[in-house]
Amino acid sequence: MTAPFEPGRGYRLNPDVALRPEPFGALAYHFGTRRLSFLKSPDLVQLVRGLDAHRCARDALAGLPAGRRDLYLRALAALAESDMIVPQEDRSEAP
Amino acid sequence: MTTISWEPDRSERVPALVDQFKRGLAAPICLTWEWTYACNLACTHCLSSSGRRDPAELSTAEMRSVIDELRAMQVFYVNVGGGEPTVRPDFWELLDYAVSSQVGVKFSTNGLRLTPERAQRLAATDYVDVQVSLDGASREVNDAVRGHGSYDLALRALANLAGAGMRDFKISVVMTRHNVPQLDDLAALADRFGAQLRITRLRPSGRGADVWHELHPTAEQQREIYAWLADRGDRVLTGDSFFHLNALGGTPLPGLNLCGAGRVVCLIDPVGDVYACPFAIHDAFKAGTVRAPGGFAQVWRSAPLFAELRTETSGGACRSCSQYSACQGGCMAAKFFTGLPLDGPDPECVRGYGAAPQPASARGGLPRADKDHSHRLPPARPARPAHAAQPAHAAQPAHAARPAHAAQPAQAAQPAHAAQPAQGADPPRHGRAAAAPGGAVPLGMPAIRVPARLCDSSPLAAAP
Repeated sequence: MTAPFEPGRGYRLNPDVALRPEPFGALAYHFGTRRLSFLKSPDLVQLVRGLDAHRCARDALAGLPAGRRDLYLRALAALAESDMIVPQEDRSEAP
Repeated sequence: MTTISWEPDRSERVPALVDQFKRGLAAPICLTWEWTYACNLACTHCLSSSGRRDPAELSTAEMRSVIDELRAMQVFYVNVGGGEPTVRPDFWELLDYAVSSQVGVKFSTNGLRLTPERAQRLAATDYVDVQVSLDGASREVNDAVRGHGSYDLALRALANLAGAGMRDFKISVVMTRHNVPQLDDLAALADRFGAQLRITRLRPSGRGADVWHELHPTAEQQREIYAWLADRGDRVLTGDSFFHLNALGGTPLPGLNLCGAGRVVCLIDPVGDVYACPFAIHDAFKAGTVRAPGGFAQVWRSAPLFAELRTETSGGACRSCSQYSACQGGCMAAKFFTGLPLDGPDPECVRGYGAAPQPASARGGLPRADKDHSHRLPPARPARPAHAAQPAHAAQPAHAARPAHAAQPAQAAQPAHAAQPAQGADPPRHGRAAAAPGGAVPLGMPAIRVPARLCDSSPLAAAP
């Protein structure tokens, strides 16, 4: 199983996952698990696409209103749990 | 299916996913693509009236170009059927081409070509899923519908798949009056081969219209199917085809509770015509052809029929029913081919509103599938088990003699509503008269309820 989501760690879109733009956001398809997920907001799609530019998931959320970061974190955690996003190799936050 | 979402402030709330479905997606999720009308069998309930190849079927080059288009549209998965798709001489080539184009394939087969060697190749290929059709847990029950030899053919294929180490292949069963008592046996059969059981609803489509009244499950059996499925949850796949039974209990069956026709679902038939769903091969539901300029994408995005299917309508006569939110009025195709109004009850309405009995004499006036490729005689030889030594085209049915649509029934001659069951004094609002080729079809599309899982004929239901 996938490791638990850690906000202090860097993530990126799983290379096995394709995002198909939809009016509501995107449809994410995992070629490995053959699972489909719906990213129900353009903001979330943008966040996911840009994850790998940030050294940790928490940084990726920095530009969002503080009140909503928890919500987005939960969305990222769900995506990590379904293997749609995966940890970056060598960019975890220093302890 | 998982839905990654959260609940933003009310002011920022995005429309519910199901509302998005109503408006249609950028590309289908559950695309059925029938690769040929040719079939070695002659199942009595065949929803596409298959048997003989249509001389106008898409060529290999045309098939590849549709695959290219699906790739560009990011249709990640197609459900390939027929006819018997493996009858196409280029079947394996096209399969490989689709998979290498990142268009996954789940194909339905009666087992014809699933030799031990093929099974091993399939087991080694990612992104291919196999679904073997079987309509009874016993030879007697199955062969009565699918023809002599078909049970042995399917079981041989299942043994070959299991023997090759294939995982998660499906046994796909159309539920009939005769196999409902075999539900447990069917589950045991699937377990025996390490397969997953998939049961789907009989539709009065194609030749299914001819046997509908004899084969469709009784009201008591509908309750049995519902209870059996409710008990098993996600473990049995259904293609989400039993949502019309949801009013039977407090627990909706897993899956997408809506008619996805033209919204998330459609059919490409062997000659490239695009229909709103696999059960509706009729001009009334034909949206266009992949052969026209703009191809499939143009049809999906711009066909007037699809635009109409993506608008919400009132729910018609069902709207006042207390169970409307549970069953959504049922299946569009089932209504159409039994002569019921599209915005009224399903013929298998669990409250009995759709079950107006139709005398056999009236059936001639019902809409018929527009394409009939049935064998003119039963297949010359019984279906043969898949042997490694079988020559490549041994079971290719003879077909050349007949022009493409010679069997097409004369449509103009059929009275519009001859068999329309009594619905009160008002003239029927929908039906064949409005469904003339090129004419607009008033389609009563139901509202949508939140799905827990999307139709399992797509990747969505693949085992985790």
